[in-house]
Amino acid sequence: MRAWQDLRLALLQPERAADYPLGRWDGVLRLAQGSLLVASLEASLREAGVLEALPEPVRAQLESARVLAEANARGVSWETSRLVRALSPLGIPVLLLKGAAYAVAGLPPAKGRLFADVDILVPEARLAEVEQALYWQGWLGTYHDAYDQRYYREWMHELPPLMHQKRQSVLDVHHSILPPTARYHPDPAKLRAEAVPVPGLSGVQILAPRDMVIHSACHLFHEGEWDKGLRDLYDLDRLLRHFGAEEGFFADLAARAYELELARPLFYALRYAHQAWDTPLPDALWPALAAARPGAAKLMLMDFAIGRGMRPPHPLARRSFDGLARFGLYVRGHWLRMPVHLLIPHLLRKAFLAG
Amino acid sequence: MNLGSLSEGELATRLEGEGLFLSSGPFIFRIRSCLPRVRAGLRLAYADYPLAEPGYADFHVRVAAPNWLRRWVSPQVQFYFDQHPPFLPLPRVQAHALLEWGMNWCVSQHANRYLILHAAVLEKNGRALLLPGISGSGKSTLCAALCYRGGWRLLSDELTLIRPWDCLIQPLPRPVSLKNASIGVIQALAPEVPFTKVVHDTLKGTVAHGRPPADSVARQGECPPPGWVVFPKYRAGAVTRLEALPPAPVGLELAEQAFNYSLHGRRGYETLCGLLDRVSAWRFEYSDTDEALSLFERLAAGECLAEAAA
Repeated sequence: MRAWQDLRLALLQPERAADYPLGRWDGVLRLAQGSLLVASLEASLREAGVLEALPEPVRAQLESARVLAEANARGVSWETSRLVRALSPLGIPVLLLKGAAYAVAGLPPAKGRLFADVDILVPEARLAEVEQALYWQGWLGTYHDAYDQRYYREWMHELPPLMHQKRQSVLDVHHSILPPTARYHPDPAKLRAEAVPVPGLSGVQILAPRDMVIHSACHLFHEGEWDKGLRDLYDLDRLLRHFGAEEGFFADLAARAYELELARPLFYALRYAHQAWDTPLPDALWPALAAARPGAAKLMLMDFAIGRGMRPPHPLARRSFDGLARFGLYVRGHWLRMPVHLLIPHLLRKAFLAG
Repeated sequence: MNLGSLSEGELATRLEGEGLFLSSGPFIFRIRSCLPRVRAGLRLAYADYPLAEPGYADFHVRVAAPNWLRRWVSPQVQFYFDQHPPFLPLPRVQAHALLEWGMNWCVSQHANRYLILHAAVLEKNGRALLLPGISGSGKSTLCAALCYRGGWRLLSDELTLIRPWDCLIQPLPRPVSLKNASIGVIQALAPEVPFTKVVHDTLKGTVAHGRPPADSVARQGECPPPGWVVFPKYRAGAVTRLEALPPAPVGLELAEQAFNYSLHGRRGYETLCGLLDRVSAWRFEYSDTDEALSLFERLAAGECLAEAAA
């Protein structure tokens, strides 16, 4: 338990971690490693100016993590430039989502963040052209199995992941932010309409601040696997602190979430970001989200599951019934994305035919 | 205090309990395992390694059966990096070799503050000799001969760690890994060196690990500057031959064989250039180990060896 509190404190109030003895860092670094947060920790400690005060082995580990995160950031900016080159002849802007967006816009979550892939959002009507243009620039599909192809193209909100043949970088091309089969139906056209340019990068867009927060919430609270959950809540916390400092940001956040049919995920995101990272939120936000609040029993269940699922999947942070909570979240993630008559055959096929 | 000073019982207690905290190069490993094979391998190959204070480790590793069944039915072992198994399980007889590969993996995948080259590296007269080489080039055999017979200090037989901030080589002496025919060659050359039990039919063929020289382990904190880069090539019946190489292709070759060159971006390029400024580079072909040893002796002594043959 202690390592978990130590990690939170080191990220939130880095100056208080300056005098942790070496033995305390052991647990902190292991949990951070399991949550992809070592380089974020480095960034936080560096900004607080306490790196020099840390024991040498800790500084060494943090520095190694920084090298990797910086390489990731360079990679994202290069991938972005290649995407602009591929899509500009079509007149389609490169609308980046999630990590890549934070990185190119220099937003706080980008500090020390690792990236597995780049995500973009394009109009569904132009998907075929986009796929063609990317193909000629070296991005090829990775899923060749006929079932997987059909699964993605029929039921998902994105193309099967593409991989660049030379750089091995992975690209997810989305035409929506949730599958058409999901419970909620946010209209991607509304997101694209309010997307904003990135200063200094022509042809590149990111979601407007409110939409960025709502999308991050939507993504996390439709997720079945919570092994990156803590990092994703940290992203949300960084975004909310950053945008929240701007006058009027919170005023119509809830209204926008209702408009996109994503008020419930936003409610959860705010609740659990606050629980995990003490995110400062104005009191006025809660009455505005009252209609999105689940019933008492359901909320208790979510508190139970997320309170466990958000923690690093490591014995040093584990609470009782951890496995049950994670299983519940896994089922929930699928449940929200697909109706049962589609979900059951899909899971059976994945389980028994190892597709 | 060295691992060799622990009694059999103390070693077992640590490995099966809170873990054995071991300093290897700049890293602290915490090793846990209940397997007698792992304990025997550690006792043999790591006798001279210093123990570290319990409580902090850079890498938490464990070798254990992947599940209850695999303890009994065609027994297997799994390497765990903290909670996570990065490899597929292997037959139990390979337990110690798996630990060695796993520990090298920990460093090559995580120690990104260093520019990491896939090369053996040794030191003499205060300068480091890098031996990059693809598998089968005779790099490991040459490295073993140089450290057991040639009086060179072993820095690493597998991973060259270059410090980008001062271009010095960070030693990471680890048990000397030998494969197939080279096991017999080195055991004949240095019969006094303790070797772990030979394991057959691994992914790399037949393997054994030799205890690194005590002096190399004792001096694992001393970082020398690079002096030479030699690309070795063993060829049966070859005449011993050393041929000077220009820096540019050497740089490309080293970048190609690095584990994390691209992660370092511009600094990686500058580090590599710094290395090339400080070394002479050679292609080396040999078949006779004694001739090879005497040629490297002359190299270390600073003799002018342009296009030299022994």
